[in-house]
Amino acid sequence: MALLEVKNLEVKFPLRQGELTALRDVSFSLDRGERLGIVGESGAGKSVAAFAILNLVSRPGYISGGKILFEGRDLAGLSRSELRTIRGNRINMIFQDPMMTLNPVLTIGTQMIECLRAHRRITPAAARQLAIEKLRAVSIPSPEARIDQYPHELSGGMRQRVVIAIALLTDPSVIIADEPTTALDVTIQAEIMELLLELCEHNNVALILITHDLGVVSQVTQRAIVMYAGRIVEEGATRRIIDSARHPYTQGLINALPERTRPGQRLNQIPGVMPSLMDIPQGCAFHPRCQLRIDACQQQLPAYSGSEHARVACLRVDEQERAQ
Amino acid sequence: MRYWRLFRKSAFLYRFRKDKVAVASFSVLMLLVVMSFSAPLIAPYDPYDPVQIDIMDSDIPPSWQAEGDTRFALGTDAQGRDMWSTMLYGTRLSITIGLFAVLLQSLLGIALGLVAGYFGGRIDSFLMRLADIQLSFSTLMVAIVVLAVFQASFGTELYNELALFMLILVIGIAEWPQYARTVRASVLAEKRKEYVDAVRVIGLNRRRIMFRHILPNTLSPILVISTVQVANAIMSEAALSFLGLGMPVNQPSLGSLINSGFEFILSGSWWITTFPALLLVVLVLVINLLGDWMRDVLNPKLYKE
Repeated sequence: MALLEVKNLEVKFPLRQGELTALRDVSFSLDRGERLGIVGESGAGKSVAAFAILNLVSRPGYISGGKILFEGRDLAGLSRSELRTIRGNRINMIFQDPMMTLNPVLTIGTQMIECLRAHRRITPAAARQLAIEKLRAVSIPSPEARIDQYPHELSGGMRQRVVIAIALLTDPSVIIADEPTTALDVTIQAEIMELLLELCEHNNVALILITHDLGVVSQVTQRAIVMYAGRIVEEGATRRIIDSARHPYTQGLINALPERTRPGQRLNQIPGVMPSLMDIPQGCAFHPRCQLRIDACQQQLPAYSGSEHARVACLRVDEQERAQ
Repeated sequence: MRYWRLFRKSAFLYRFRKDKVAVASFSVLMLLVVMSFSAPLIAPYDPYDPVQIDIMDSDIPPSWQAEGDTRFALGTDAQGRDMWSTMLYGTRLSITIGLFAVLLQSLLGIALGLVAGYFGGRIDSFLMRLADIQLSFSTLMVAIVVLAVFQASFGTELYNELALFMLILVIGIAEWPQYARTVRASVLAEKRKEYVDAVRVIGLNRRRIMFRHILPNTLSPILVISTVQVANAIMSEAALSFLGLGMPVNQPSLGSLINSGFEFILSGSWWITTFPALLLVVLVLVINLLGDWMRDVLNPKLYKE
C-alpha cells in the first residue's frame, strides 16, 4: 500500500463571481521514502494541492471531492484533533520564504520546543536537547548558541536550515516542500537542496517537492507530476519526463530552459499565458497555446493514457509517438 | 539577566536616551509615581487620620503668602488637611485607578479582539457591532448612569467604601472597545502572514496559535494605546470625581480635590483647586508625551533622526 494516496481530489473556491475550481481530478500516490516532484507555472494549483493534502485549504476554499489517504486513513474525514496528530507530526511542510515562516518574536528554540511538545510527552529540557541535535543535523554551527537566537539574527540560508530542522523534529514520514529554495540566492539554493535530499534519504522520509524549477526536480526527485490549470497533464519518472516529455506543455517547459538555447538566441517560450482558473477553456485547458491542437482538443477533455505512474493527458500523444 | 543585557543594547533604549522630551517626561512621571506611592513615608501629614486634622487650620494659604503657615507648604483645604500630603495621597489613588482600569480594559479588549480577528465571520461581526454600540455611548455617560444608579440604590455609605472598585470597573468596562479594535486590526494583518500557516501546519491548537504566536506580534500597538489609555482613565476618574461621582471626600483623588476646592475658588481660596489641577495636568501630559514618543519609536515607518 502506498504511504500517501490522493484520489480524484477536487478543491473549489466559492467567490462572488462564481465558483473557481483550483484542483480538478488530481490523483497521485507516494511510497515510503519516495521523492516526488510537482511542477507547474504559478497558479497551476501546486500550492493548493500541498495545503489540501494537510486539509488546510485556506478559506473560503474547500475540498469538494476526492480522498486523501494517508496510511489508509482519509484525512478529509478526520476531526480537527485527529488531524493535529498528523499535521506537523507525520506530515510536515516547508515553505518558500524562511523570512516569513518563523515567528519573528520568538527564539528558534522556543518555536522548536513548542512544536515538539505539541506532539510528544517530553520535558522542556529533553525537547531542547533534541532540538539542538536536529539543528546540528542540518549543519548549523554551534547550535547550542543559535537555539536562543531570534530569526532575524540568522541569515536566509541559515533560517531555511532551521525550518528544515523543525520539519524533521518529529521524524515525519512525509515532508512537503513548497518551493523551498525560491527565496534564497543561487549558491545557497544548491546547498539547501543537497541537505534536504541527504536528510530525506538518510531518514527514509518521503518528499513532495513543489517547484517550477525543472533543474531542481531532475536533481532531487525520482518521479514527477506536471500540472496545468489545476489538472495533472503528465506523470512519469523524472528522467523520462526530462529526456522525452510526451505532453506538449511539458515539452514546451523543457524547451524553454535557458540551457536549450544557444547564447544570443531568444528563449523558446510557450506563446500565451496560462488561463485564469475562472475561465478554463473547454476541452483540453492547454489547447489555446498548443501548437499540435486539432479541433477535437476544443471539445474533449483528454483522458489519461498509459500506466498509473507514466500517464499523460493529451489527445495527440499516440500520433506523436507513432511519428517518432 | 539576559533580557536586561539585551535591553541595554536595544535600539529602544538608545533612542530613548537620544530624545530629551522622552527622558524628561519619563523622569517626571517616575518622580510622581515614586513620590505618590511612598506618600505614607514622605508626606508630612496623614490626610486619612482624623487625629492629625485640625479644623482650626482650615483654609490656610500657601506658606509664601502673608497669612501662610510654615507647617503647610501649599496651604490647607477647607477641612484643614495639608494640601501637599493630600495631593500625594490623591495622586496615588488616581494612578492606581488608572492602571487597574487599563488592566481590566486590556484583558477584556485583547481577549475579545483576538477572538474576533482570528475567527472572523459571525463572531467577528457580533463582537465588533457590540464594540460600536458601546463606543456610541460616551464613557462618561455610561459611568455617570452606572455610578449614580449604584449610589442611589445602595446608599452613599456603601458606595464610599466601594468607590475605588466601582471606578475601576466602570472605566475598565466602558473602554474595552478601544483595545478590541486595535488588537483585531493587527490580528487581521498578522494572521495572513506565512508563519501562521507554518504553525497551523505544525499542528498547534488554535488557542496556542492565537495567544503564543499572534498576540506577541501585536504588542507594539497595544503598548502605545495602553499609555494613552492610562492618561484617559486618569482623566475620566478626575472628571467623575469632579462631578461628585468618584472618590469620596474622606479619601480624595486629584479629581475630588479639585472639586472640593472649586466651591471656594470664588471666595479667594484658589490654592485648593489650582495645585491638584496643575498636578493632574502634568501627570496626564507626561504620560501622553511618552505615549506619542513610543508610537513613533515602535513604528518602523517613522524612523526619524
